[in-house]
Amino acid sequence: MKRELRKVLGLALVAAVFLIGIALPACAAGPAQKNLILATTTSTQDSGLLDVLIPMFEKKTGYFVKTIAVGSGQAMAMGQKGEADVLLVHSPDAEKKFMAEGYGVNRLIVMHNDYIIIGPPADPAAIKGGSSTLEAFKKIAAAGSLFMSRGDNSGTHAKEQGIWKAAGIKPEGQKWYQQTGLGMGQTLNVAAEKKGYTLADRGTWLSLQKNLGLPILKEGDSILLNVYHVIGVNPAKWPKVNADGAKAFSDFMLSGETQGIVKTFGVEKYGGALFFPDAGKPEYE
Amino acid sequence: MDLILEGLRKAFYLIFTLDREVLGITLLSLQVSGTATLISLFIGISVGTAVALSKFPGRQLVVSLINTGMGLPPVVVGLFVTIFLWRNGPLGFLEILYTPTAIILAQAVIATPIVTGITLASIQNLPANLRLQILALGATRVQMVWLLVKEARLPLLAAVMAGFGGIISEVGASIMVGGNIRGYSRVLTTATVMETGRGNFDVAIALSVILMLLAFIVNAILTQIQQRERPR
Repeated sequence: MKRELRKVLGLALVAAVFLIGIALPACAAGPAQKNLILATTTSTQDSGLLDVLIPMFEKKTGYFVKTIAVGSGQAMAMGQKGEADVLLVHSPDAEKKFMAEGYGVNRLIVMHNDYIIIGPPADPAAIKGGSSTLEAFKKIAAAGSLFMSRGDNSGTHAKEQGIWKAAGIKPEGQKWYQQTGLGMGQTLNVAAEKKGYTLADRGTWLSLQKNLGLPILKEGDSILLNVYHVIGVNPAKWPKVNADGAKAFSDFMLSGETQGIVKTFGVEKYGGALFFPDAGKPEYE
Repeated sequence: MDLILEGLRKAFYLIFTLDREVLGITLLSLQVSGTATLISLFIGISVGTAVALSKFPGRQLVVSLINTGMGLPPVVVGLFVTIFLWRNGPLGFLEILYTPTAIILAQAVIATPIVTGITLASIQNLPANLRLQILALGATRVQMVWLLVKEARLPLLAAVMAGFGGIISEVGASIMVGGNIRGYSRVLTTATVMETGRGNFDVAIALSVILMLLAFIVNAILTQIQQRERPR
């Protein structure tokens, strides 16, 4: 009986050692200030751009970047709570509000691409070749054609809501208007499956295009510009924010080398650039 | 159909070429969920046995709570663990949000009620006279508890399988508290979600195949142990 008990205790000891062995390296991510939380949009992750840039940044600076890819809205919410150090987002109106309320510092333009309206090749609302984006949205509403919205407060969702507003249409609650609540990649897949229209950033669309079968039906309108900014979270509001890391990251994003990579990223694979570098340029508005 | 075949081909390719990234993701999944299962076993078997063998006011309520906990939605666990672990949250000083440790914590929270519930049921299912018999033979209380747990070892292995199976396949909490950080806190399920979002369905299918293989192997080993000696 005693021996049995000893056996159990021995086993428990082995288990405990095993646990500690695992837990330790997991905790040993270095000193706290080496960690940098980057809250960003799904498009920068889904397009693969960050997979190229982040390892470069880590190697160069020694920071360990925790990339949390969510919508721009959620990224800014994380910044507001001091739960992120630096943001890479594309929702200009919300960003300005974020800055005005004092949550951010150093909002700097990084790059742009553009939004496109894509939809089923049959184009039931006949938006192809139309004169403007607003007209395209009006036609989709008038025809009652299925439109898939991100519905997740992301930069793309904010842009889409802005266009509906400008077109004087309230799509919420309409039968033809559905919200996925998912990232750009997944929403494109849903739109492809349900043969719906949607607004997408060109980068994500290009990287998914092969499986989608959803052509571009409207592009090249000034309202469709998609601008990415880097914003540091204000350390005066949240003392735990890694301000040095945020500064280093924004310097890195705007450096000549990084901007050069942004410029050529995806050209070989997709036959066209996914993003256009903008460091140092004036704001588009 | 082509896509599935291509996914399977990709899976075998990734497994047999020992793709570094996939190997890392697989090992991390195993480590994280294995550790979480061990923690849940430790707590679950202790609490389950204690509740099964004792009588106290409100016991019915506790048992109901444990049984409800067996169906605890992982996203709810993920949300609360995230809020607690925020830098400015109650446990922020631990600085473990977006680390594998955070995933272990969340998964242990999910698995513990499962293990507790099954332990409770299996200890209670032992013949009532067994306790008296053991005590009558002069065993101490500790020895009695140990013998009972030993007697219930077969259903307890089912608890291990249910707990491990529940968390290795879980994605909601892992992505929220782990952040799906490449080469650091990316596990099989979160990687599958991401690759699906990226439209890399072949890789997503490959990861799913690896996940299922892993679950199968672990369960096969446990079943082997469980079935080696049939209950008398």
